[in-house]
Formats: sequence, structure tokens, C-alpha cells
Amino acid sequence: MKKVSNILSMALVAGTLASTTQVAVASPEQDREVFVQYFEKRFPNVAEGDWINGVYSILPEARAQWEAMEEFPPYELDIEEGEELYNAPFATTGDIREGEGLFNKKFANGKSFSDCFPEPGVRAEYPYWDKERSEVVTLEQAINECRVSNGEKAWKWNKGPIAKVSAFMSYESRGQIINVEVPEDDPKALEAFELGKEFYFSKRGQLNFSCADCHMSGSGLKARAETLSPSLGHTSHWPVYRSKWQELGTLHRRYGGCNANIRAAKLKPQGEEYSALEYYLSYMSNGLEYNGPGSRK
Amino acid sequence: MIKQILIGMSLLTAASTAMAGDIEEGKQIAYDRKKGNCLTCHMMDDGQQTGNFGPPLIAMKARYPEFEKLRAQIFDPTVRNPNTSMPPFGRHGILTEEEIDKVTKYVHSL
Repeated sequence: MKKVSNILSMALVAGTLASTTQVAVASPEQDREVFVQYFEKRFPNVAEGDWINGVYSILPEARAQWEAMEEFPPYELDIEEGEELYNAPFATTGDIREGEGLFNKKFANGKSFSDCFPEPGVRAEYPYWDKERSEVVTLEQAINECRVSNGEKAWKWNKGPIAKVSAFMSYESRGQIINVEVPEDDPKALEAFELGKEFYFSKRGQLNFSCADCHMSGSGLKARAETLSPSLGHTSHWPVYRSKWQELGTLHRRYGGCNANIRAAKLKPQGEEYSALEYYLSYMSNGLEYNGPGSRK
Repeated sequence: MIKQILIGMSLLTAASTAMAGDIEEGKQIAYDRKKGNCLTCHMMDDGQQTGNFGPPLIAMKARYPEFEKLRAQIFDPTVRNPNTSMPPFGRHGILTEEEIDKVTKYVHSL
């Protein structure tokens, strides 16, 4: 009997070691397969690719109303404004030319976003790992970098013009396939991916929730009257016009709101953690379509 | 002797009145969105608009014959299950010791 239990405990230790090792060496692609399988098993009735519709992919009773809203989307004017902002020469966008540091750039250079991006429909190129800079670059980050490199002041990250330009660019990119890469020749890229994964599964805040508590193991369940959305497809449809906000907001604004809900510190939008989270979650949704901007309750 | 019985009875009455008061206060703390906010996840009692993230809170004396075990579960449920989604109301100071006593009395009465 003792021998059996020894064998058993050895097997357990070996099993633990093996699984630990496996977790440590699991490739992003293996992670993604497990992630997708989890949700497919949990919600077997979701049609292929429908995860991009968020909670409505698992909530048929609320879907008709949402689809009606999307027929005359609340973000329509934002897209138009975003297009105007996208095409406007930087001189005319107005909120700049203040502060001593910019004095020498007082005069407009006449360039616009089209000088930074080959075309507005480049959603699927972001987020990406920039090897030279050794960081994740998001679409919003690229938008503001374009402004700054042309002598304009960076926009605030969460809402307003940046969300509108992002909405226009996302709209022009609808139907593109999410295809985030974690380049194997740069271990730092995997580190960023792992940082995002760790963030997703770590409990935080006074209420002690991880992202996964609500949007993986809790997905489909209700907090009060709200059904918790599955994380698969979470990054496909941003920026979002949220009825609660009465305006458009970016993905990182939502991350901040989630963190506030669980009484955790809101982290900096476009900071290392949120960008890593976007990188990880976008990778988990590889193969799905971009369908932003979106509307939500 | 009769006097002693009378004193004893009034003490008992006082105790059960205090208990009823605690249970009622516990309910208020449990329902308060800024305190226990239990209804977000649990169906319980006459609570409206309840979630189903956690199990319904019924037959609590059968599930937790020992008061202290229920209290410990509310104080820090991660002790029994590190992966639980339930907040550690005591360990993270979401509720005070006294508030947890009252909430436990209330939940135990369900």
C-alpha cells in the first residue's frame, strides 16, 4: 500500500511538474487554442465567428434590440467627424499652438493623418510588437504619434477626437481579420504577451476579481441584470459607443472602468499593462473579424 | 425566586430583540450596494434584480450548521477556494468585523 501511495505521489509530483512546465512553455498559439476551446465548450450554440458581437453572441433575447440599434448606429456622426479629422490638414484641427515648447512649430506643416497611414483601413495592423522600440503599439498610440511627430499636441486617450478617428479607421477596416503576431525572434514580444496573460488572470482590487473571473469562468452569468460577456472577441469592435457613457470611448477607457468597478486602481491608458492586455486578448481572438466601432448598453 | 425568573426572562427577551436587530441591520448591510452588495451575485430572501454569479442563499443553516464556518466564508472565501470570485469581505476590509457579524447572522437566518 505504501508503495502504491509513493507511486501515486510521485506521479502527482511528476504531473504537477509537467503541467507547470507546460504552462511555462505553452506557445501563444497553444494558449489561444485552449482559450477558444473553453468558450466553444461553454457556449456550444454560438455560430462560427460570432464572438465579435460580444454578449449578444450568447444572449439571443437581447440581440434583436441591439441589431435594431446598429441599423441607425449611435456612433454614425462620430465616424463622419472622425473622417473629417483624419483628412484635415493638421493646421486646422485647432486645439494646438499653445505652450512655449511648440512655439517654433507655430505654423502648420499642412500634413494630415494620410501622411502617416497609407490608408485609413489599417485596423488589422494593430496592435503589433515593435521590435526596434521594444513595445506594443496600438492603433490609438499610432494616431497620437502621428500628431506629435507633426507638431500637434497628443489627444487625450480615452474619448473625444482620438476615439472618433479610431472609429473612422475601424469602420474603414471592417471585415479585416485579427491576426496579431508574437514574433519568435524577439523574446521581449513573448514577455509582453505573458504580461498581458498574467494581467488577465490576476486578481486585483479590493473586490479581488481577475478579468477571467467575470469574462471567462463567469461569462454568461449575471451580475444583477447584466450578463457578463465572453472574452473571446472582446477586442474586435472598438471604439464603442456605450449607452452608459452617452459617447464613444476607447478600449483602454473600458479597461479603466472595469478596474474601477472592482475597486482597483485605474491604470494609465496606453500604459504597459493595458497595452499588453490588448495585445494578449487580441491574439486570443486571432482569426475573428474586426467589426468596430460598436455600440453597447 | 420569581424576581430572578423575571430578570432572567427580560434578559432573554433583550437578547432576542438584539438578535433580531442585528439580523435586520445585517440585511441592510448585505443589500447596500456600497457595502455587501450581495444581490449582485446571489438570489436571496426578498432581494430584487439579483444576479446568479454565485449560488442562491437558501437553507443556510443546513449548509452551514456552524455559524463560525459561515462567518469565515464571508470573511475570506479564498481560504477554502483560492479561485473563487467571491470578494474577501473581511480580509480586504470591505466590511468591518462588526458588519460581518451582522451579515453572517442575517445570512444564517435564511
